[in-house]
Amino acid sequence: MGEIKESEIQEPALIEIADGVKKIPGINAVLGPLNMLVNWGRAGSIWPMTFGLACCAIEMMDTGASTNDLDRFGIIFRASPRQADLMIVAGTLSKKMAPLLRRVYDQMPEPRYVLAMGSCACSGGVFNSYAVTQGVDTIVPVDVYVPGCPPRPAALMQGLIKMQEKILQEQYRWSLWR
Amino acid sequence: MTRPITKTVNVPVADGDGERYTLKMGPQHPATHGVLRVDLELDGETIIKCSPHVGYLHRGFDKIAENRTYAQSLILTDRLDYIAAMANNVGYCVAVEKLLGISVPLRAKYIRTIVCEMSRIASHLLWLATHALDIGAMTVFLYCFREREVLLDLFEELCGARLTFSYPRIGGVRQDVTKNFVDVLQRFVADFPMHIEEYETLIDTNRIWLKRTVGIGVLSASEALELGLTGACLRGSGVDYDIRKHRPYDAYDLVDFEVPISDDGDIYARYRCRMEELHQSGRIIQQCIDQLPPGSIISEDAPDLVMPLHGQRKVEAGSSSYGTGLIRLLEEKEHFPVGDIYVSTEVPKGELGFYFISDGSGRPYRMHMRSPSFIHISALPALAEGSMIADLIANIGTLDVVLGECDR
Repeated sequence: MGEIKESEIQEPALIEIADGVKKIPGINAVLGPLNMLVNWGRAGSIWPMTFGLACCAIEMMDTGASTNDLDRFGIIFRASPRQADLMIVAGTLSKKMAPLLRRVYDQMPEPRYVLAMGSCACSGGVFNSYAVTQGVDTIVPVDVYVPGCPPRPAALMQGLIKMQEKILQEQYRWSLWR
Repeated sequence: MTRPITKTVNVPVADGDGERYTLKMGPQHPATHGVLRVDLELDGETIIKCSPHVGYLHRGFDKIAENRTYAQSLILTDRLDYIAAMANNVGYCVAVEKLLGISVPLRAKYIRTIVCEMSRIASHLLWLATHALDIGAMTVFLYCFREREVLLDLFEELCGARLTFSYPRIGGVRQDVTKNFVDVLQRFVADFPMHIEEYETLIDTNRIWLKRTVGIGVLSASEALELGLTGACLRGSGVDYDIRKHRPYDAYDLVDFEVPISDDGDIYARYRCRMEELHQSGRIIQQCIDQLPPGSIISEDAPDLVMPLHGQRKVEAGSSSYGTGLIRLLEEKEHFPVGDIYVSTEVPKGELGFYFISDGSGRPYRMHMRSPSFIHISALPALAEGSMIADLIANIGTLDVVLGECDR
């Protein structure tokens, strides 16, 4: 057992495991910006609230069912707005329903996102009539638009991946009171 | 003569202090199949009064249709009952054909019957999936969607859409079936009884399922008739009424099938009726495939906007653009008789009727739809009052309502 000279102790090199994230060798610890950690957690477990209004709700159910399993994205449908991060507005929003959509959106905790699914939710679609709002972006702010009448399950999944990309790019959207 | 529906309500008083409270369920509720709102007056957990509120998905179909030609209004019927859009399309086309006096080629009739029954299977599968999910049987949901996906893929091969098809045309259908479509469909129909058995193994004798369905939501035959129920809801109460048998359209008078009836009138009876209908739909599809005759798929005098690929038609391909087609439809007034007509067809939910008033122009003066869901929701108080609040979910599910069709 010889003495370890001071000059032989080497600084452990940090291993870069992702863009900006470094692992300290020897111990289970990583260094990285908090933004990235928070966004990683958020993007990996988006819990949407089922707001099935019309035809698109059937395709939304189909996306969550056996063939196109949404659970592999960490996406689990919640029935309550208090537990949800994302509201998938699937279908035609009539003027009678619009105040309720706003109320449900207000009940969701921050950070909250909205995905407009289908032509009706995006822009009113074929229903340019007295009873239909021309797009949900007149009621709530929309993050991702998925067009189609109705969009295929693959299109909805693409929209959700776009939502994940958007969440991953956020900066400083975290603090105790959010 | 209408008389008020008398139903013996056996209300067990919870604690005797007579405290009642109201509960508003919906419109954002996962078990209301859309945006149905139900105002409940409760005594403990017993429903004293139940009043459904509709209109949260009102889109103004009737009014939009008045500003469109008959061919253009076809796309609206997709969005009526979006679970079985093909059956709605066929119902609309049958009604307009009767108004205009167009006879449909036999091959088109058979193809329409096939797609109608495929639609019925898809609709009943989704009904079974959501009904079982609401009551608490999660596995059935995943199993049903597995088979439903096969049908949606077939629809996609046929017309390019998974849910909103607009595949039938006034006077025929849009495209002919392919050989691959027929082969895959035949395989599906051959395997399907096995899958039905699979679902039945899961819930048919399940004790929880039986507790939740047997003896709940009982309607006698006379009550069901007074409420105007149609489809499986009426047949579950023991009334033999099926438009496919009694006023056949398309190729239903050329195929052999049975109308399943049950006398019990409870939720379980309606469930059994629908499961039997799945078997019968498979039979009808098999017979249609066997008998499928050669020939044209669209009538010569169809006033449709033309698909250029198919058929010798009076209207040239160039006139299929919006302007010329519209002008032609509006000018040829002799093509359109004046008067009114009501034609009903059997969609998976019940009897779907279209009522047109024609003033001779290319547009309907008035288009009214008799949608089964709207009528079925009005039966909800008769089913729910006097029962427990948990049975309300089962009662909504057994009526098989679609709010798009109800609110129009």
